[in-house]
Amino acid sequence: MAEQVPLVDYLVLGDAPHLLAHECAQCGARYFDHRNACARCFGAEFRDVPVAGEGEVQSFTIVSFAAPGVAVPFVAAVVDCDGTWVKGNIINTPSDPDHVRLGMKVRLATYVVGTDSSGTEAVGFGFEPA
Amino acid sequence: MADDVWILGITMTKFGKYPDRDIVDLAAEAARGAIADAGVGMSDIGVLAAGNYMGGDGLLGPGRLGQALQKQIGQTGVPVYNVMNACATGATALRTVLMAIKAGETDIGLAVGAEKLSGAGLLGSGGAGKADGAEFTPTGRVGQVAPLDGRIGTETMPGVFAQVGMEYTHRYGKGDFELFARISEKNHAHSTLNPLAAYTKRLTLDQIMNDVMVAYPNTRPMCSANCDGASAAVLVSGERLKRMDPDLRRRAVKISASVLTSDPWTETCQVLPDINTLTRNAAEQAYTVAGVAPEDLDLVELHDCFATAELVHYDNLMLCEPGGAVDLFESGATWRDGRLPVNVSGGLQSKGHPIAATGIANVWEVCHHLRGEAGDRQIEGARVGLAHVIGLGSACGVHILERAA
Repeated sequence: MAEQVPLVDYLVLGDAPHLLAHECAQCGARYFDHRNACARCFGAEFRDVPVAGEGEVQSFTIVSFAAPGVAVPFVAAVVDCDGTWVKGNIINTPSDPDHVRLGMKVRLATYVVGTDSSGTEAVGFGFEPA
Repeated sequence: MADDVWILGITMTKFGKYPDRDIVDLAAEAARGAIADAGVGMSDIGVLAAGNYMGGDGLLGPGRLGQALQKQIGQTGVPVYNVMNACATGATALRTVLMAIKAGETDIGLAVGAEKLSGAGLLGSGGAGKADGAEFTPTGRVGQVAPLDGRIGTETMPGVFAQVGMEYTHRYGKGDFELFARISEKNHAHSTLNPLAAYTKRLTLDQIMNDVMVAYPNTRPMCSANCDGASAAVLVSGERLKRMDPDLRRRAVKISASVLTSDPWTETCQVLPDINTLTRNAAEQAYTVAGVAPEDLDLVELHDCFATAELVHYDNLMLCEPGGAVDLFESGATWRDGRLPVNVSGGLQSKGHPIAATGIANVWEVCHHLRGEAGDRQIEGARVGLAHVIGLGSACGVHILERAA
């Protein structure tokens, strides 16, 4: 099996793929990107915490027009994972309003995004109907 | 320090396509128009704030419009502030001049916003690029090994603002594709009375819903129209205005509140831009400063960059009870013959959205009605109006304007 790397560093691969949030040690605010300090309380210490892999769609859009190279249509969504909002696509279901609904239950899923010159696969994530 | 600041002169170019004119030409037309409207001369202008977002032709990069404009309309050596604050750029230029006057640095100043956006296509999208090729190397703040647009959500504006509107309908359990399309139907209908709008065609609900889908639920006519244009305003201190000609005083419009906010931290804005909280904060501050309540407003020009955005701003600007935006629209209140007309100019969806020009153009529309000069689309007896813009990131500008007594 090809070597795999995550599309983003907050995705943990392996037997139980999951997302990590950088949680402010002082106030508990969560971020997926690296922060110099907490935007809420200005604390500068963070710890990594796992994010629930199941959630509920809070909002979505079905993108039909995108920049060259972006495959359309796709569903961009915001998923509430046990109190932590996560940005991700809805995958493994048709990209239409009959199959994607506000409030629908979804779970994290991974897929291979591409392969580099040394044969390493990049693995991304999305959310599929639960 | 000046106690109050007034708009003495204000103008906008027709929004549309100007293939033969550059942004300085458009800025010059608006600036000279505003100065003429104000009944003053270039030598009276003590400060210039110039807004532009995309840059211009040739060497005119972003942030250089002010001095380029001076070379075409008058190099007087006054301080120039080149400002950029995404779609709030024009409002920021206006407020920069207002602050200079309030600080007592000058009595009269000029704010300009100009943009060429025709044919710019989708804003915000960097493109996905390929995930295949050279060795994967993590970069940036999320250690990504490939572009993320389309893989983890969307970076395009129609998609981002679609989610903003959908989140509202989910939160309150009301509203759907057809509702958003009907908001767009209203604004396109309003635009038929605005000779300066880029598009003035009335569209049926069917036409809007069956047009090209850009990012569900926003079809093409539900998205702001990329176009060229400029707007400009001459501001004056209340003290100086008192010594001016009665005809100028009669047409002057009072800036009862000028507020600019940015995002306060909210849990969810780390993932989906929260355009609600900073708009509500700006509105609350503006109503307090102006001593005006939402029910006092005779008209509102708000930032309908997409039909999905207009709905949430009814709520954010407190034109309805929290959660009541759908009901407000369903009541017909926001049509031009309703209780609280919103976007009688046609809004960004049909008037157009040349980014840096929009903030002052929204103020111009309100002033036009307060002066009783709006012709066929005049809101009769308008005394108080509100102009709102938001630039993603975010920056929100709210101005409350009142007719001279």
